[in-house]
Amino acid sequence: MGGSSSLLPQEALGEYQELTFLNKQEILLAYKRFSELLPREQRENACSVRVPKSQILTLPELRPSPSRQANPFQHRICHVFSTSEDGDDSMSFEDFLDMLSVFSDAATSDIKSRYAFRIFDFDDDGVLDGKDLEKLVNCLTGQGEEARLSSIEMEQLIRNVLEESDIDKDGTINLSEFQHVISRSPDFVSSFKIVL
Amino acid sequence: MSEFGAGAELPGWVTESRSRGEFFSPEESHAAAPAGFLQELPSYRSVLRRRAAAGDVQERWGNLRGIASAERREPQPDGGERGAIPLWELPFSIAEKRRIRDLQQGDIKYSSGWNHWKRTSSKSWKKALKDIKELSSYMQLWRHDIHSIEGKFGTGIQSYFSFLRFLVLLNFLMFILMFSFVTLPAVISNYGIFNSSSTKISPNNTEPYCTVYTPSGNKGLVYFYTYLKDLLTGTGFLEVTVLFYGYYTIDAAWFSVLRYNLPLAYLLTTFAYLALSFVWIIKRSVERFRQHLVHDEDQFQSYCNKVFAGWDFCITDLNAARLKHRSLLYELQTNLEEERLKQKIAERTMKEKLRIYSLRIFINIIVIAVLSGCFYSIYRATVFSQENSSNISIVGFQANLLVQYLPSIVITSANFIAPQIFSFLIAFEDYSAAFEIRLTLIRCVFVRLANVGVLLFSLWSQIHCDNDQCKACGYDYELYPCWESAVGQEMYKLLIFDFMIIIAMTLFVDFPRKLLVTYCSWKLVQWWGLQEFGISDNVLEIIYGQTICWIGTFFSPLLPAIATIKYFIIFYIKKISLIHTRKPASRPIRASSSNFFFLAVLLIGLILAFVPLGVSIALISSSKACGPFRNFNTSWAIVPYTILEFPIGLQKFLYGIASEAFAVPFFVIACLFMFYFIALAGAHKRVVEQLREQLVTESRDKLFLLEKLSEAQKNSGKPQKARS
Repeated sequence: MGGSSSLLPQEALGEYQELTFLNKQEILLAYKRFSELLPREQRENACSVRVPKSQILTLPELRPSPSRQANPFQHRICHVFSTSEDGDDSMSFEDFLDMLSVFSDAATSDIKSRYAFRIFDFDDDGVLDGKDLEKLVNCLTGQGEEARLSSIEMEQLIRNVLEESDIDKDGTINLSEFQHVISRSPDFVSSFKIVL
Repeated sequence: MSEFGAGAELPGWVTESRSRGEFFSPEESHAAAPAGFLQELPSYRSVLRRRAAAGDVQERWGNLRGIASAERREPQPDGGERGAIPLWELPFSIAEKRRIRDLQQGDIKYSSGWNHWKRTSSKSWKKALKDIKELSSYMQLWRHDIHSIEGKFGTGIQSYFSFLRFLVLLNFLMFILMFSFVTLPAVISNYGIFNSSSTKISPNNTEPYCTVYTPSGNKGLVYFYTYLKDLLTGTGFLEVTVLFYGYYTIDAAWFSVLRYNLPLAYLLTTFAYLALSFVWIIKRSVERFRQHLVHDEDQFQSYCNKVFAGWDFCITDLNAARLKHRSLLYELQTNLEEERLKQKIAERTMKEKLRIYSLRIFINIIVIAVLSGCFYSIYRATVFSQENSSNISIVGFQANLLVQYLPSIVITSANFIAPQIFSFLIAFEDYSAAFEIRLTLIRCVFVRLANVGVLLFSLWSQIHCDNDQCKACGYDYELYPCWESAVGQEMYKLLIFDFMIIIAMTLFVDFPRKLLVTYCSWKLVQWWGLQEFGISDNVLEIIYGQTICWIGTFFSPLLPAIATIKYFIIFYIKKISLIHTRKPASRPIRASSSNFFFLAVLLIGLILAFVPLGVSIALISSSKACGPFRNFNTSWAIVPYTILEFPIGLQKFLYGIASEAFAVPFFVIACLFMFYFIALAGAHKRVVEQLREQLVTESRDKLFLLEKLSEAQKNSGKPQKARS
């Protein structure tokens, strides 16, 4: 750990501690993992380099592999946390830290629910409608034809979910309704976590 | 990207054009109502005002975002408000947070000295709190191990290991209590260190034959295996050590001129460790109870919980991920099927209902028969063991050890066989899947805890005596001159055997199974496969051990130390077994409900431990030949004796509290409070339901009116304002 801390300047470390939920050790570990993703010559200024999405996805927490993915939400996570103007979903070190901060132990349930809403909103329209929910459930149950719910079951499930969470009965779930449901869900905080 | 509270928080139904199902025909496209018009609604303005006054977080974020993008909006709350949220809790990216911080610091120059000081002090206070929390988390035992288990296996299994850590700490504290207040003074005064001495008052009013107690410490030449046998059964040389009740035959300890009432300390420390366990478990479960109450009471939330919180982001292992997908699919399908089944059940005919209820009654009778079988066999085994364990010379060493351990062996086999029978039987009872799991668990818990009760009952049936001679002593003085030590030895044997079984199962069952499955490719072996990590089974195992520890500590004060070491070693054994020999669970275990369930069962175990302890302390005559309570009828008798030495006023006060004149009104008032809170909770629930309905009707009304309004505007030919 001594080697990487000399690469990450002290005031940057202090600044990141102030701006995220992570503590010093976690930031240094994140830095180490991030710089391993870069080719050797770019490691010096890891702070300012953007890593293309394909590289990010080699991290075990987000890794795809020939036929299976460990994390079905990897694409959405990259999309939500990326601040790249090109829209290519590449992530800089700060985006990476952002992601780890939101997924850390110390993050509040409010932050987690906001970002969860953005991750689950597959079409980025600001609400969760039936199509978003369908894609969400398919992500949960896995890839492959035999791993999907039948259309009747899917309809029944989406109807049940909307019945439980859609307060104003408009057929979609907006951010407030989502946060309300999440606040009463006991498992959310413990499952919305990534441990490096 | 969606806007976060951009501008003010507009209700969701206003943003895009969507078809509203119920009232309006789908073809009509409802363009977003004119935004400016909405902002004139009185309800909207009052919401704004309320938020600005309360400094609502969302409004502040909206304003901060507005600042960051350099837009002007509604009247801002004053500059002092903005710094109140710590920067790291803002839902923006790091770059934007940096911009906001710079803007804030720019603002700082313009605010008054008082605001400036307030803001910097609150910031440094928050930072200090964060640092302290970080530091205290370093000092947690096994922090890194449990963190890595959570990362690899998910939160369900991690809850088992946190529970184990909690028990290690609890037992360690119990040991510290007992050691410092009972064992240490006894040892110091017996050996005369620090100018101390102990006094032994010989008991009066008892027959002399009651007081004869010669523990058979090893004298002369003995075989080596005698030491081993003594170590495993607590007899022989162990019987006279600090480990058992018999050592503490001291009536008072003198440290220079201070008199230390050891018997009173012994009794009070017992109450203290029970109270400590009780309070700590309750404190730990209050938080989890709240979650469980929410989860359980609101059955309407279960689908949302599964869909939104179903995926455990901790999982990195591909196999574990695949299994998680499968288990989520299975869970969703079962729940949907259960819903369809519930509808079918509601439509059951009378004849079918009758058939099913009679089947259930029949199976419950079988369950009771199985339980009685277990209890009877434990009773017979204990009686046999107690009667024959003193025939050392006649039978060999191994046979004698077997006889001594017979109750433990029978209990462990009953704990193993009975759950298998129960899970087989429950398939016939035709309950819903969730209820099946719960009922089986309840039955298993009952078996485990009741077995210990039956063991103690059978021990007492032995200790209790019938003929007149021993009635004078109150217990069977021939076989058990020091009966508390005998009970302590039995508890000691149970604990040691439990520990050995866990090690043996891991070494001789799990690892060979893993080797077999890895290297042998027979179909049968592959189908048998690896075992899952059964969380409930493991938890019931350690709760059983903990109940024994609680009961046994009164009779054997160093038992918590043994329990601490036992759980410490079990942590590592289970961890290694989990990593190398287990496959991930196919049935999903919800972390939230598990946590509460473990603590609830632990609490049941503790309350069950109160019963035998209460009976021993208050009802059964204490042994006259050994122990600190020789001069009293029962162990409890020392408390009234001590109270009689208090000043009269205090005595009267204590008697008053214990009398019925105080207890009955106190009980009545406590009941009144309880009913009040229950009524309050019910009323709140009803209010929530009503408000929900009101919300729905209000939004429908608004939509209707807006539709009418835009129609009217269209018809009157006024230019429409720009779409938002």
